[in-house]
Amino acid sequence: MRTKPKADCNGRKFVKVFTILEKHGHKPSRLVPILQAVQEEYRYLPKEVLTYVATALDISPARVYGVATFYSHFAIEPKGKHIVRLCDGTACHVKDSIPILDAIRKRLKLEGKKTTTDDMLFTVETVACLGACGLAPVVVVNDRVHGQVTPEAGVKLVEEIIAREQS
Amino acid sequence: MNPQLILDPAAGNGGKTQRRVIVCAGTGCVANGAYQVIEAFNAQIAAAGISVTTEFKAEESQHDLRLNKSGCQGFCQMGPLVTILPDEILYNKVKVEDVAEIVSQTLVSHKVVDRLLYVDPATKKHCQGINDIPFYQRQQRFVLKECGVIDPESIQEYLHHGGYAAARKAVLKMSQEEIVQEITKSGLRGRGGGGFPTGRKWEAARGQKSAKKYVICNADEGDPGAFMNRSVMEGNPHSVIEGLMIAARAIGADETLIYVRTEYPLAVARMKKAVEDAQKMGFLGDNVFGSGQSLTCEVLEGAGAFVCGEETAMIASIEGQRGMPRPKPPFPAQCGLWGKPTIINNVETLAHAVRVINQGADTFKQLGSAASPGTKTFALTGHVANTGLIEVPFGTTLREVVLNIGGGITDRRGKVKPDGFKAVQIGGPSGGCLTKDHLDLPLDYDSLRSVGAMVGSGGLVAMNEKTCMVSIARFFMDFTQRESCGKCVLCREGTRQLLAMLDDVIEGRATGETLVLMEKLALAVQKGSLCGLGKTAPNPVLSTLRYFRHEYDAHVFHKHCPTGQCKALAKPSIDPVKCKGCTACAKKCPVGAISGEKKQAHVIDQVKCIVCGVCADTCKLEAVVGV
Amino acid sequence: MSATAAVKTLTIDGLEVPINGERNLLELVRKAGIDLPTFCYHSDLSVYGACRLCLVDIAGRGIQGACSTPPEPGLKIRTQTEEIREIRKISVELLLANHERECTTCGKSAACQLQDVARKLGIQKVRFKPVHEPAPVDRSSLSLVRDPNKCVLCGDCVRFCSEIQGIGAIDFAYRGHDAAVLPAFGKDLGEGECINCGQCAAVCPTGALTPRQEIEEVWKALHDPTKTVVVQVAPAVRIAIGELFGMPPGESMRGQMVAALKRLGFDRVYDTSFSADLTVIEEANEFLGRKTKGGKLPLFTSCCPGWVKFAEQYFPELLPNLSTCKSPQQMLGALCKELLPTELGIEKKDLVVVSIMPCTAKKFEAKRPEFVKDGIAEVDHVLTTQELARMIEEAGLRFTKLAPESFDMPMGFKTGAGVIFGNSGGVSEAVLRYASEKVTGKKLVNPDIQAVRGEDGLRIVEIPVGEITLKLGIVHGLKNARTLAEKVRRGKCDLDLIEVMACPGGCIGGAGQPVSRDTDIRKLRTKGLYDVDKNMELHKSQENHFVTECYQKHLGEIGGKHAHRLLHTHYHNRRRMIGEDIALGDGPAADKVQVKVCTGTNCFVKGSQHILHNLLDQVQQKELQDKVDIRASFCFENCDHGPTVSVDGSKIHWCSPEAAQSAINQKLKDK
Repeated sequence: MRTKPKADCNGRKFVKVFTILEKHGHKPSRLVPILQAVQEEYRYLPKEVLTYVATALDISPARVYGVATFYSHFAIEPKGKHIVRLCDGTACHVKDSIPILDAIRKRLKLEGKKTTTDDMLFTVETVACLGACGLAPVVVVNDRVHGQVTPEAGVKLVEEIIAREQS
Repeated sequence: MNPQLILDPAAGNGGKTQRRVIVCAGTGCVANGAYQVIEAFNAQIAAAGISVTTEFKAEESQHDLRLNKSGCQGFCQMGPLVTILPDEILYNKVKVEDVAEIVSQTLVSHKVVDRLLYVDPATKKHCQGINDIPFYQRQQRFVLKECGVIDPESIQEYLHHGGYAAARKAVLKMSQEEIVQEITKSGLRGRGGGGFPTGRKWEAARGQKSAKKYVICNADEGDPGAFMNRSVMEGNPHSVIEGLMIAARAIGADETLIYVRTEYPLAVARMKKAVEDAQKMGFLGDNVFGSGQSLTCEVLEGAGAFVCGEETAMIASIEGQRGMPRPKPPFPAQCGLWGKPTIINNVETLAHAVRVINQGADTFKQLGSAASPGTKTFALTGHVANTGLIEVPFGTTLREVVLNIGGGITDRRGKVKPDGFKAVQIGGPSGGCLTKDHLDLPLDYDSLRSVGAMVGSGGLVAMNEKTCMVSIARFFMDFTQRESCGKCVLCREGTRQLLAMLDDVIEGRATGETLVLMEKLALAVQKGSLCGLGKTAPNPVLSTLRYFRHEYDAHVFHKHCPTGQCKALAKPSIDPVKCKGCTACAKKCPVGAISGEKKQAHVIDQVKCIVCGVCADTCKLEAVVGV
Repeated sequence: MSATAAVKTLTIDGLEVPINGERNLLELVRKAGIDLPTFCYHSDLSVYGACRLCLVDIAGRGIQGACSTPPEPGLKIRTQTEEIREIRKISVELLLANHERECTTCGKSAACQLQDVARKLGIQKVRFKPVHEPAPVDRSSLSLVRDPNKCVLCGDCVRFCSEIQGIGAIDFAYRGHDAAVLPAFGKDLGEGECINCGQCAAVCPTGALTPRQEIEEVWKALHDPTKTVVVQVAPAVRIAIGELFGMPPGESMRGQMVAALKRLGFDRVYDTSFSADLTVIEEANEFLGRKTKGGKLPLFTSCCPGWVKFAEQYFPELLPNLSTCKSPQQMLGALCKELLPTELGIEKKDLVVVSIMPCTAKKFEAKRPEFVKDGIAEVDHVLTTQELARMIEEAGLRFTKLAPESFDMPMGFKTGAGVIFGNSGGVSEAVLRYASEKVTGKKLVNPDIQAVRGEDGLRIVEIPVGEITLKLGIVHGLKNARTLAEKVRRGKCDLDLIEVMACPGGCIGGAGQPVSRDTDIRKLRTKGLYDVDKNMELHKSQENHFVTECYQKHLGEIGGKHAHRLLHTHYHNRRRMIGEDIALGDGPAADKVQVKVCTGTNCFVKGSQHILHNLLDQVQQKELQDKVDIRASFCFENCDHGPTVSVDGSKIHWCSPEAAQSAINQKLKDK
């Protein structure tokens, strides 16, 4: 079971939410950039914070939730510490990106629809084309782009992190 | 020799010919370590005692060398790319370890480091500069001209290259009508997808009586396999702003927005910096070029929704809503953002508009075809030797693009195979495929449409003979059904059913009826969906059905995937003519399904075989087929 | 311009049709007598264009949605082509492939538009794979049942809730085929800000949103020999129930309805119009009292339970402006429970009061704790018009053939004033009929006050009453109510009385009424109620001698102590949604001072963010992280005293950063 990292919801972050809201003038039209900024703080969009955003913008929480779940960039569940994103654009796809995904998921024992490991260390997801098609297939680990990756190289990237975490 | 490709060695830094080292810092090169290469240059140059600056200055410079990063130069596969001027040397795949040698050999001793040059796989020739490289030689770069030369973060350098002259002209010297007339006369068509005449769009918005109007730059380049807009924003962000300024002036707007997809962090950063610099220069703000007119520009980030590339969905997204399209009419030019007249133009369209104003419609029309004037950028990817970003006039043939500029089709190991061409997918998930029969088809809006494809934003994915076209159709359908906003029934449920049917084909459950129903459904979704995404979503299915019907038939009626890509229907076998009986495959087979005497053709036991494909990977003679 | 400008026309299926200001082709096509199917078009709501059923072929433009295309002269339109037929069929089959097709047991069966369209299009087989994934049914609301398995995502409910009611309790969530209509955060409907008006269910083409049914409970009571079951019927029911038995809308079926109720086994059949007369007298006196003695004005009516919950959630500071009168349903319930046990010689617990209402929010109202004392509710069960019709059908009664019967006395007696309550403007008119005579002391000769009648959702009227002029606001649709309430809040409203009905047209358009997409039906129902009034002997509540008698025998003085106990109520601040606190420290420890700052809407507006910010800064500066635990909380339901901060459980109202700090310091000292 996933546990909510309560310690994440600390005061500093919440104060940041005030700043974000103020920066955007409490305007409902700024909902998307506001959610982006909130996610930058929390790494996902906690429900309570979304309720607060709805209150502050004077819009219905259902609308905020609707927007938060519409865009794939937003996460309403906490993500792992390390985020592995596999580009599944056409160029990467024709250059066999799916076997890389399968290999990484297998290594991290992610089955079915699960994208985050039980220890909250990794989230593995596919992303729309990153526009680095010349390097296909591409894997992004914590915002660093790795090009021309093979399944073995993909697993290695993950294992390096695991080794670093354990040491 | 192409005159546009001659780099002006004196570009920048006054009259004195100054040497330059330009490191490409597009997304591709950065991923390959371009930033580390720049650091290494800094260190090595300092060690060599060369005085260096990173800044562009129009006046005489005190420094011997200018080191700067550029935007994407297009030749992404070969990155990091390092260009030395005025020597006109292009080094590729430069690593940190190579930098010392470049500094000592080239910068100090004026020698070329041969091993870092690009080798033309066809001729094995070492190419010194971009004018020698077929990939560049055959292009005609306008929109991309300055990308890769100028420092994208220097407004000064953009100005030095004649930047903002068009905007200045539009704001100070031209009336709204004149601008729209010039654009209309140029025949410029929207580069983002449908190819709608830009002049007509502008005219529609110009004619609206409203104190408030908006111009939005559509930089939500969502087609998987396309990165033209990213490259322009990363490489020459000011050209986008300048285009926006012209459009705003033409329709009488005082607010502009640039909606960039969030997957392009570097483009976002560069655009934001460019907007700030333009504000500081007084090009944006309360008094544009001292005209008394005001104009603002804001960079907004998308949040991961392909459908937001659709105009009305993008407007909804900017208004803080779910990015769901609404029915047209009313069109955005009448009733757009916040209910005000709004035009939405693609990045590339705006960049072209700059050139139209600068050089005039007649010059613009000299290239391209009559109905599709000008040049178009394409992202050339997939199974081609040279992947990257190219710009060619409309009307260039597919053959020229894929086989000549692209350097030919490659096999799974990356080797060029002269007869390997199978198909090209153009226009991304909204487009269609082109076959061998279309190799001499001129690439333009109308001829592509006539064969069931579209220019789209310009993604060109080349595919070799080992690519299963049913799988490709499935890939795109999977994409569109995931990206469907879920609003209209035909798109939401239709794409999902199409995907299920394709899965049936791929996994051997389909019957002849499946194909009949699939085609009917695809046509219904195409005709009846609410927005452009839905209307074009079935194109990959319809187009593969049209040109690769035999592959569908093989899957459905013979339960066989000819390329062996569909695991459930793959029937690996060994070509007895090619097999030399080396036994390598039999040794590697995990289930012992391959048998045969040494130096005799081997056979695969279909009952034992688990279709893992190890044999095909092992065989150096490519004797294993169907997997 | 010539005065006789030629009529502009276009061609529909070869017929030339004049254009008369229709908003879109769909309206025009329907006017031309062709009924194009739709799920997502509703004339009260914005155009959505999602169901793709109203497609037409326009010469030169191809296939377009009729709902989203404005009529233009000269267009040549075809509504039936082979291509369009196939697309329509495919669309409906696609929906059916993703639909729980348990039609026989669906609450919307026979009234379901999906069923209807599938039948009309002659769909005999769904060619597509079933892709429906079952989702749990949400029964948390007292008024509504939300069954996502039946949803076709037409969005009518979403648009009604936000565009007409101005709430947005439900919205789309997720996208593509994961898209769903959900309350915020996928919570249950009962937990959120839904005000139970049920209009989402009224516009829902399928069984995805339906009124919650209480038929079983009522049958059980009727079949229980120890129970005495009395029933009251709201005025709007009688002019609509006939629609479910083939009668024209607006036709009063009072006699048959009473007969049916008696045949079903109800021991007494009363009329809610009786207590509406009572409401008029109480409310008019409350109003005149405030007007003459300088009480809180404007006075908002309070008979609509949807509006009351709305006001409690969004306008806590205006609650003193709400009339303290109970709604007619609750007044009659209270009287029954007070008087009938003695009269009938039964125990209170054996008396069951059922009400038949045009409304789903009345189900919620009956369960409000204010109306339940010692476990005994004033009204035990609330049935909608639809449910009553279903019971009549189940009992096999041939409704239209029943010999009319009369309501039981005394609580079946009413005047026309109590009947027109069901129309928007009706309460105002009834109050004016009373107030006018009371103020002037003169008999009101013509009781019809046309000025307050009308269809507009927001009407402002001035009515001279004797020396004074009363300024009235009459609204239906809560978005309109919000507009006026905002003005009142800002002190920018000079109205005396504001009548609010949540549903379009008032109670006659309630979500418990027979479902119809035809907005003309509302007009007929409205007329039906006014006609009933017209045909009655008495038109003013003060003329109801049974009401007078009731005051003499039981209630005493108007607005007096007894009347107050039975007929008046109070309101309370209500949070918009049930939510968790936001922990801002590293989790609570038992010995920390627990501080909660309310960040609900009202406290937020009054500056609670500033307090929170300040406290967080203080904690950090003084390094009190181990001693003080600060949380942002959602609504203590003390909104009118906000901003509210709770320190170790004791609440500080009208709190300032300083007040909060000193309370915390005190606590720290104590520890």
